[in-house]
Amino acid sequence: MSETIVQAPARGNITAVPAIELPGAERKPITKKDISADHPTWCPGCGDFSVLALYFKLMEKRKMLHEKITTIAGIGCSSRFPYFVQAHGAHYIHGRSLPFSSGVSLTRPDLHVFVFGGDGDAFSIGGNHVNHTARKNIKMTYVIMDNWVYGLTKKQTSPTSPLGFKSKTDTWGAMDQPINPMKQLISAGATFVARATHTNPNHLLQMMEAAMDHDGFSVIECLSECVEFYEGAFDSSNPRKGGKFELVPATHDVTDENAAYALAAAPFPGHFGIFYKNNRPTKNANEAKINAAAMAKVAGKKDWEILQATFNRLK
Amino acid sequence: MSESTVTPPVSASPAKVSKVTEAVIRFAGNSQDGIQAIGGFLARLAGRSEQEVMTFMTIPSTISGGPSIFQVRIGSGEVLSAGDEADMLVAFYQHSYEDHIHSVRKGGIVLYDSDHVQVKPEWESEYRHVAVPISSRTIEAIGGTAKDKGKNLFTLGLVAKMFDLNLPKLERLITERFTGKDESVVKNAMMAFNAGYGFSLGNLFETFQFVESQKRDGHQVVMNGNEAMAYGLIAAGIRFGAAYPITPWSDIMELLRRELPKYGGTFVQCEDEIASISMAIGASWAGRVAVTGSSGPGISLKTEALGWAVMAEVPLVVCDIQRGGPSTGMPTSVEQSDLNIAVYGGHGDSPRVVLAPTSVEDCFYTAIEAVNIARKYSTPVVIISDQAIATRIEAFTEPNMEKVCQDISPDLTPVADYKPYPLNAPDGISPRIAPGTRIMSGKYPIATGLEHDEMGHPTGSPKLHTQMTARRRKKLQKLGSELPVPKIYGPPEGNILLVGWGSTEGPIREAVDRARAAGDSVSSVHIRHISPLPPGLENIFAGFNNVFVVEMNDEGLYGYGQLCGLLRARYCDPKIRGLTKTDGLTFRVREILDRAKANVAEGLRKM
Repeated sequence: MSETIVQAPARGNITAVPAIELPGAERKPITKKDISADHPTWCPGCGDFSVLALYFKLMEKRKMLHEKITTIAGIGCSSRFPYFVQAHGAHYIHGRSLPFSSGVSLTRPDLHVFVFGGDGDAFSIGGNHVNHTARKNIKMTYVIMDNWVYGLTKKQTSPTSPLGFKSKTDTWGAMDQPINPMKQLISAGATFVARATHTNPNHLLQMMEAAMDHDGFSVIECLSECVEFYEGAFDSSNPRKGGKFELVPATHDVTDENAAYALAAAPFPGHFGIFYKNNRPTKNANEAKINAAAMAKVAGKKDWEILQATFNRLK
Repeated sequence: MSESTVTPPVSASPAKVSKVTEAVIRFAGNSQDGIQAIGGFLARLAGRSEQEVMTFMTIPSTISGGPSIFQVRIGSGEVLSAGDEADMLVAFYQHSYEDHIHSVRKGGIVLYDSDHVQVKPEWESEYRHVAVPISSRTIEAIGGTAKDKGKNLFTLGLVAKMFDLNLPKLERLITERFTGKDESVVKNAMMAFNAGYGFSLGNLFETFQFVESQKRDGHQVVMNGNEAMAYGLIAAGIRFGAAYPITPWSDIMELLRRELPKYGGTFVQCEDEIASISMAIGASWAGRVAVTGSSGPGISLKTEALGWAVMAEVPLVVCDIQRGGPSTGMPTSVEQSDLNIAVYGGHGDSPRVVLAPTSVEDCFYTAIEAVNIARKYSTPVVIISDQAIATRIEAFTEPNMEKVCQDISPDLTPVADYKPYPLNAPDGISPRIAPGTRIMSGKYPIATGLEHDEMGHPTGSPKLHTQMTARRRKKLQKLGSELPVPKIYGPPEGNILLVGWGSTEGPIREAVDRARAAGDSVSSVHIRHISPLPPGLENIFAGFNNVFVVEMNDEGLYGYGQLCGLLRARYCDPKIRGLTKTDGLTFRVREILDRAKANVAEGLRKM
């Protein structure tokens, strides 16, 4: 019958380096210099610069192994992110970065999966993927850089544009009810939901660290101003002289879904911080449990022997 | 039934026993009658008896109820198709009787449930009618509240008796099938079966015996095409897949979902088709080729992402179990109308590999081949199967499992330096490394859908777009040049060459056999590699006066089916012509021959 014609060498002629790799602890920790790549193509003053700088800081601070960092994005200004990071990365199609990243997360528990994108990716074309990644609770960290406008395509209405915002597709002002990202994420079942702003870098770094440490689908909505097409959008969220950012009250119980929902209902500028968090098992863990049980039944058998046993029943 | 010897004499008793080499039996009822189960038992029995078997079934697309048939062809020699005409019809209802009696050859047997069927006197002279009160006898045999549930097993008993099937083997199959269920289930099943087997057909009737089949090498396994493809993917080393349910693809995802955990793998049911292919691409990018699949409408949805895999050069396997289209079309019918979307679907220049398995056995090996091509050439590979091959049951020689199973775990050994898209790569083929691999130069690659430079960083350079587009093309041209030349079935020169692809291989070969037996000059060639095409086809075509591309799709605006259009574009040969149909049914042997002859007759006019 059909002969399998192609034998596939996995890596062809790539030069492998003998396994002299030092254990992580003995390696020189990575620096910002190691992990910065192309100069960002963002406009001067863009809020996204801040998110990128803090991502580098996070990598440094947590002494991450260079090759274990994966940076994934969809399409949009913010989604150019992976090109600016000198690490394994993927720039995927519009709106689908979450399912792509889910494929990475579910097959490679050794990697850190970070996903970056904008409000269009998250709440418009990719809206349903947010719901289902949240529902499945697949381990990864997702930073939504929300600027309330489509920037890459030069000023069309976004799903988070406030009512009345005048864009090229709503010259008389946006008329469709904007999405409330916090409410959306909480009701979808995300197990870590936080809100931050590019103008408060220390807080954003704290949120990124907490998100990374969360075992589950952790999401940060980070207000990130588009100076070109929506200048001043978030001005009222920035404290005036001597003032402070409006943080989530210390009394807020992050495990209380209703309280989180109430917090999300506050009018802009609202609050910054962790709105909601729970420790529901991840899909990664649930699948691993199923696999452990299934593999226990065939323990000691090679893969071909397992398939052989199945074929024996098909005779 | 091809009768080799007939055993006289026709005495009063016992009934006449005729030796046959093969039989085609069609069971017609409603979808909840369990007639697929009868077919399944017969197919499995044939496999265990070293006989050849092929089945054909239709199921309604309604959720419950509706007419349904299962046809099984069992033979001691080579069985190539499910059979044009049935030797025997088993009709459960009046509609089964009236709708299917014309699928029986003249003089064939019509065994009907006399509790439900009123015989039409005008047909009594053309077919041998056998009345059996199937429903009431089943109820009688099982008793209790089972009603006529179990009449499929009663019928199986009848058939077993009529064809002198191996009783111990059948009993073992029935017991195996219901093992793990309540003991009363096995008991009832056996009671129904025995009642059927013991039912007296009277002295008027003959019974049949299959002649001994030739000894075959090794053991046979029995399964349908979807099962074979799913197991082939496992053998190939696939350990991750993602998909969305759609008929007739769903069986594959259900099987992989159930089986992969044993191998430490996972199959994810996603929210939609786009998420499925994206998740599979993500897993592939992460290091080990993954699979997604669907049927027609779902494939349309996947095409943007498929283009990304072409552009980013990420290996991937996409199974398309074709059904009748376009749109929701005919979900449970067969059609080969997705060839164009498999080969060309998507925007931009996005060449990819397309393979078409030709039989149930070939589904198993094609899955392995697809994985290996995807890895070697860093490309998506689309496997186009179809509803007929997906659901039909065949017996085939068991694969050498130890030899065919492969481990494709990613190699994460550090590398000195790495370019994902090198312009100087021989034949444009660039091997991949997985994330998690340390790159000592400190320069890491980006996989991207934007046109890019050698490291994957975006570029608007006209020169680079030209060079990168050529790379993505050249590697597949290289693959095309290395493919085996398809083998001709029949002599290499003659009047008519039938060209086919996919599930039509059996009927086409049988058409060739039948035509040659009648003295006609007909050969065939079956194309498994749809894109790139294998080398040498032009030489094959040169040997024939007429080349007909037999496919189950529409003749299109210009008179050619989908493969036919591709071949005409590729070879500029006006004698390549179409032989298509769109009735949602598999080709019958006679249909192919009659159409080919008619086409030759009107040939020159159309050329």
